[in-house]
Amino acid sequence: MNDLILILALTALGYFAGTWAEKRHYRSIYEREKQLLHIPAITMKDIPYPNGEIRSSRLVEGSAVISIDYFKRLLAGLRNIFGGTIISYESLLDRARREALLRMKESAPDAAVIVNVRIETSAIGKYSSKRNIGCIEALAYGTAIKLRQQ
Amino acid sequence: MENSGEHSTVKTVSGQNIVITNVETIPGRKIVEHFGLVSGSTIRAKHIGRDLMASLKNIVGGELKGYTQLLSESRDQATRRMVRQAVDLGANAVVNVRFSTSSVAQGAAELYAYGTAVRVE
Repeated sequence: MNDLILILALTALGYFAGTWAEKRHYRSIYEREKQLLHIPAITMKDIPYPNGEIRSSRLVEGSAVISIDYFKRLLAGLRNIFGGTIISYESLLDRARREALLRMKESAPDAAVIVNVRIETSAIGKYSSKRNIGCIEALAYGTAIKLRQQ
Repeated sequence: MENSGEHSTVKTVSGQNIVITNVETIPGRKIVEHFGLVSGSTIRAKHIGRDLMASLKNIVGGELKGYTQLLSESRDQATRRMVRQAVDLGANAVVNVRFSTSSVAQGAAELYAYGTAVRVE
């Protein structure tokens, strides 16, 4: 009986705290994405500038490790029985990737463009060896191109 | 590499500037010599304090800052090892760098960085 109460309490805590944290995180993501719109991150290797204009290039990266809350993990566990889309995990992955991309851009504030951006995801942590995903790491990296001052 | 101050980069190993990119060339420069693949890796486990925090975070969800920091430190170390290998070969740049992460054991992750060592003008 005590176990049941504990699980219910954890689920409720996970639901409320998780939802609150997610909303707050999304607000911050939207805001920073708007601020960083002047640095395009493209996945192509071609550099849209002639060679003479390029001042420097360097590798930039950003990463984020994000964990899922107890409530969503429970939901996903249920989904494992019936199959289908696990919507609760989609937002987890989306947040991690966008956060990683933002951090990459923030580490190159004076870049004109970031080319050849790659995004990589890996499950790490305690639960990664099991069927469940505990937390995931998203890594974004690319080559930041800085131009000569006109 | 006299004008390499222009390439405001990054990793300085024994005073030498190494330019790292993940495209096939160093934009604006010409590659004069290839040295082949260089790589660096590191395997890290997290300590108990961080693990405890992570367990708590697993209930409420959200970012695990300790892990983010741990992994980026480890990735830096892997990159440094790759750069050292490149320097030993006589290269002054590493192009086409890729990263990969795999969890090898419970609570331990391997960070791996590899690329092609080249010399640019």
